[in-house]
Amino acid sequence: MIKNKYLIQRRVVQISILFLYVAANIWGWKVLTGNLSTSVFLEKIPLSDPYAVLQMFFSGALIASDIFIGALIIFIFYALVGGRVFCSWVCPMNIVTDLSNFLRRRLGFNQIQKRQPASRTIRYWVLGLSLLLSFILAVPAFEFISPISMLHRGIIFGIGLGWAAVLIIFLFDLFVLKNGWCGHICPLGAFYSLVGKYSLVRVEHNESKCTLCMKCKEVCPESQVLFMVGKSSEQVLSGECTNCARCVEVCDDDALNFSIRNLIEQKKQGEIK
Amino acid sequence: MKKEVVSDRRRFFLNMARAFGLATLGALTWSAYVDEVTASELTLRPPAALDEEDFLKTCIKCGMCVEACPFDTLSLAKPGDNKPLGTPYFTPRDIPCYMCPDIPCVPVCPTNALDITKVTKNNKLDINMAQMGVAVVDSKNCIAFWGIQCDACYRACPILGDAITIEYSKNERTGKHAFMKPVVNSDSCTGCGLCEKACVTDKAAIFVLPREVALGKVGDYYIKGWDKADEKRLEKVTSETTKTEISNRKAVDSLNDMEGLLND
Repeated sequence: MIKNKYLIQRRVVQISILFLYVAANIWGWKVLTGNLSTSVFLEKIPLSDPYAVLQMFFSGALIASDIFIGALIIFIFYALVGGRVFCSWVCPMNIVTDLSNFLRRRLGFNQIQKRQPASRTIRYWVLGLSLLLSFILAVPAFEFISPISMLHRGIIFGIGLGWAAVLIIFLFDLFVLKNGWCGHICPLGAFYSLVGKYSLVRVEHNESKCTLCMKCKEVCPESQVLFMVGKSSEQVLSGECTNCARCVEVCDDDALNFSIRNLIEQKKQGEIK
Repeated sequence: MKKEVVSDRRRFFLNMARAFGLATLGALTWSAYVDEVTASELTLRPPAALDEEDFLKTCIKCGMCVEACPFDTLSLAKPGDNKPLGTPYFTPRDIPCYMCPDIPCVPVCPTNALDITKVTKNNKLDINMAQMGVAVVDSKNCIAFWGIQCDACYRACPILGDAITIEYSKNERTGKHAFMKPVVNSDSCTGCGLCEKACVTDKAAIFVLPREVALGKVGDYYIKGWDKADEKRLEKVTSETTKTEISNRKAVDSLNDMEGLLND
């Protein structure tokens, strides 16, 4: 088996999606038009960013039926499949921050700065603030500063000075805070963490196979969700898990794998109310 | 020295206070930025765009209008353009709006930030109803006002003879020539910018500004006496006169009252 199977798959998915958008703009392909804020798939099916639509709602805009349906489709998809699949399989910023994280590991920064100085709950504050500011300023507040949008819009329509914002995030993640943007600040990630709280696709840890090498924790962008490694056999149930499968492919002992969440069994055990 | 033990409760309050302070700081910076970009007034929007305030709320920045435009007129604001990020705009001097009869940019808008009803008359699309902006002539730097014959903007206008007319007046300096001055009619001008694109001066002497910026507004207390429709507004008007001490006397009395003036 190829060691980086999922990593390659993720890059293929991320880049193909971006390519379809770019092709729609340059050659007029009709597969996926628009961008990650709102797209039309095959000239029929609307797809919208539910977080952007939520901000629009808070800003007091009239929500057109098209984007409402689009947002609902995306919302249901991620609620079922696994919340932050967007982050690791679609979002182009993921490529930038993964590169930062890769360099951090290679250059040994993680050894120097073991304890991370910032809390991962910042993103929920940012999420709340974005909705509050949308309400007060009467415009979708995060959409006006979102470096994610700057990047993916930049790739499709021309980036302007947007590269500077991307560079800031790259350097921030590399030198200041491990997984700083995706793991601590990004409100879109926070939003999908909440959406995917009860989703079905889950990573499962098998304690009997674990040899405590801790490679999974080293590579995981949200290492707090892997608290059970080496302690107990259970599924990763935190919505903050991005389902990127880095832990799955890095594990030499086959202790981590994808699984489908077993809702019925958990209900019996009283883990879900 | 004895180190005081910080209780959990105290630590909780401390952390809450710090988080709150940080959040306020972040929110202030954030809102200052958003306020700054959304305040840029000179942004020309695609046809049928809602009023700027509603447009900024509603536009989801998907770029469908940009992709639909066959002339690449529209672009999404990038960082560095000094426009609200990600919203569509155009720069007429570079690429004006060519006023396609089928207006491809408007129906594709998924959020109705480009409102198709604004360019629909009798169930038919009519691009002449668009109000993207209004052309303004800088008469000091327009060579037609110098007496040099130029009607580039007039010829370029898609609704020439209505949105732009040529006003003839005698050139008193030579005594035998005419000025042919372009005049914009703001009721018909759509703000497409074809005139601005065509203008021959180094920096265009006719240019498009957003309507809210370029046009004045008369309060509803002035009536056009020569306009029957406008005069109708007077029909059900009631008026009220304020009575004060001074208004008991006639105005003429007040003028003739020399008392107090010559007492010096």
